[in-house]
Amino acid sequence: MEREIYLDNSATTRCFPEVVSLMDRILLEEYGNPSSLHHKGVEAEREIRKAKEILADILKCSPRNLIFTSCGTESDNISLIGGALANQREGKHLITTKIEHPAILETCKYLASQGFEITYLPVDENGLVNPEDVKNAVREDTILVSVMHTNNEIGALEPIEEIGRVIKEKNPKTLFHVDAVQGFGKNVIHPKQMKIDLLSASGHKIHAPKGVGLLYIGDGVKVRNILFGGGQQGGMRSGTENVASIAGMALAAKMLYDHLDEDRDRLYEMKQRFLDRVTRIEGVHANGKTGRDSAPHVISLSIEGVRAEVLLHALEEKNIYVSAGSACSSNRPHISETLLAIGTPKEYLDSTLRFSTSVMNTDEDMDDAAAALEQLLPFLRKYTRQ
Amino acid sequence: MRYHAFLIKYAEIGIKGKNRKLFEEALCQQIRLQLKKCEGTFTIDRTSGRIFVNCESEYDYDEVVEHLCRVFGIAGICPTVILPVMPIAELKKAAADFFGQEYPDRAHSFKVQTRRLAKNYPIDSMEINAELGEAILSAYPESRVDVHNPEILFHAEVRERIYLYTHVIPGPGGLPLGSGGKAMLLLSGGIDSPVAGWMVAKRGLKIDATYFNAPPYTSERALQKVIDLASIVARYTGPIYLHNINFTEIQLYIYEKCPHDELTIIMRRYMMRIAEAIAKRTKCDALVTGESIGQVASQTTRALGVTNAAVETLPVFRPLIAFDKEDIITISKKIGTYDTSILPYEDCCTIFVAKHPVTKPLLSVIQDHEGNLREKIDEMFQRALDTDEILIVDENGSRVFKHREDPLTEGM
Repeated sequence: MEREIYLDNSATTRCFPEVVSLMDRILLEEYGNPSSLHHKGVEAEREIRKAKEILADILKCSPRNLIFTSCGTESDNISLIGGALANQREGKHLITTKIEHPAILETCKYLASQGFEITYLPVDENGLVNPEDVKNAVREDTILVSVMHTNNEIGALEPIEEIGRVIKEKNPKTLFHVDAVQGFGKNVIHPKQMKIDLLSASGHKIHAPKGVGLLYIGDGVKVRNILFGGGQQGGMRSGTENVASIAGMALAAKMLYDHLDEDRDRLYEMKQRFLDRVTRIEGVHANGKTGRDSAPHVISLSIEGVRAEVLLHALEEKNIYVSAGSACSSNRPHISETLLAIGTPKEYLDSTLRFSTSVMNTDEDMDDAAAALEQLLPFLRKYTRQ
Repeated sequence: MRYHAFLIKYAEIGIKGKNRKLFEEALCQQIRLQLKKCEGTFTIDRTSGRIFVNCESEYDYDEVVEHLCRVFGIAGICPTVILPVMPIAELKKAAADFFGQEYPDRAHSFKVQTRRLAKNYPIDSMEINAELGEAILSAYPESRVDVHNPEILFHAEVRERIYLYTHVIPGPGGLPLGSGGKAMLLLSGGIDSPVAGWMVAKRGLKIDATYFNAPPYTSERALQKVIDLASIVARYTGPIYLHNINFTEIQLYIYEKCPHDELTIIMRRYMMRIAEAIAKRTKCDALVTGESIGQVASQTTRALGVTNAAVETLPVFRPLIAFDKEDIITISKKIGTYDTSILPYEDCCTIFVAKHPVTKPLLSVIQDHEGNLREKIDEMFQRALDTDEILIVDENGSRVFKHREDPLTEGM
């Protein structure tokens, strides 16, 4: 079997071994319930406090602004539903974009069914929201705007700072939520400075395990809890804290942010190296921006004359793992909202692959993946539908 | 424990002459296998043309009935109470009580039908009928007797003990599994083939299956779906040996060498040939497909004929041949395969489907075009057979019985 090349890091990442050892220790030794009065409880609580301090340092906020959840989806749900419920007396209007993750779009659909009005902003051919559009959409009764930091499919970096500014200029009461599940760990994000009121992040996208998420809630931001129970985390998120995973997420974040600049440089170089080579193949196009104004770790390619899912499985046979932009299947075609929103031509909707890197990848991975494409495409294109 | 036993009615196997004993044994064996999956202790009692499942401990009624309903060969299941032999006066009271329990609203027409096998019981069956009928009528004035078209047949059998039953839960019918030999099912991820397998099993055949995968055009999930389907069918048929064959190389070669509108039909002919080769190797006596007249281009009468001609000696059973899609769906819902069949990941082979495939192929023309494959097809055929990965699939999952020898990744 060939060496494993994992290029699906936007789906999930491999844990850092250091994270696993830390969690191993906590699960075996500091396994107490942080709410317990005795020593075991205090010990566990201390791990959570430490994690909050690390993450607060990274986000340049206070530890009291941070809530731990089970995943990015939960953080998004609390932000939107909890934010909408707590502020509905101010108005019932929310704004988001057409290219958000389903965790946002489906939650908005639910809110619409509960009497809220949702405005979906378009994006340009690079997947970017125009801050001018945000400004025009914000009204007196707009209670929340949600825009993602980094698009998961094409790696568009949204102009978050500018959007934050125009929202607050137009309506200081409007909350600004940012889904940073793809952006956290790869970019400097300082919510307070960027006028972000609510921010979602996830552990398993940054080399920590699945099952833990982060939610930043700015000072004075009104959000209602949507889970009810033992009143942990100030009542905002009841449920015994996932101590080991929380500590793991904080350690992973620290490891990433300690070397952020070098790693970003390296990821951008790998991206460029790969793109330089594969875009030379006939009929291979990169979607969205590709330079330092795009996400360092997401590469979206549309490939003429090949169905993405077939290419995905062909790469899989070479032990290379990627994602398909849209999953094809004979009886339930799933068309990507993001690809539609950026105006991807119809013939490419079914031919778009995402390669997403992490700090664990190397130049060699990118070279081998590019070589695999060079080798597979002529072969697969020989057998296309007439 | 509301019922002490289940009387098993079987229709067809009663007429199998000298083989009757073999069929009965096969049926009892299948009943035993299904009851093993249920809570409780049961014994099977075979006397005078009746099979009784005696419940020797507490049990879950719904679970037992559900499992008995999966035993092919059972025409009806009658939940029965067993009483000691007692004088008619006591029997009358017991019969009326039982009727009341079985039909709480009681406003039904009924007829009592007695079989007196213990000839030493003091009164004969006609008299018992009359006595019990009278007892029920007087206990429940809202009921009435109708000897011609009763809503309820109230059965009493007087043997060494007395058996009472009124309900007959319909079983699946058919013949006991294994009494008809073994067949090779061509199983895909669709709606039809699992139903075809089930129907043939219902006629007493054990089932093995062959699945053709074509990576990278089909995914690992497509295989998982087929395993899941086989696992549901295995609830009725017992463990299925699933042969997973890599078909990519042959498919691509056909694509290269043959007219594209004949692709599907030539592909199907090779699938039949491979399935037949495996069937012979594994001692199957027939092939089974889910084909149905006119459902798709490759299932027109002419196309079926051309496909069929690829099979050398084994008969091909097509139990769904004259079924409408709706009827097939109804059965697939009944046996529980439908929800899995309609999941996506069906297959990504659609690039091989021509826009306008031939619907009236001529065997001679197809054979002529298959001649284009002369150069490599024999070695490819052998290689495909060598990819055979055998999974044993039962209702709880699957395990690998034999790994594939040739992973067939070269050239990819």
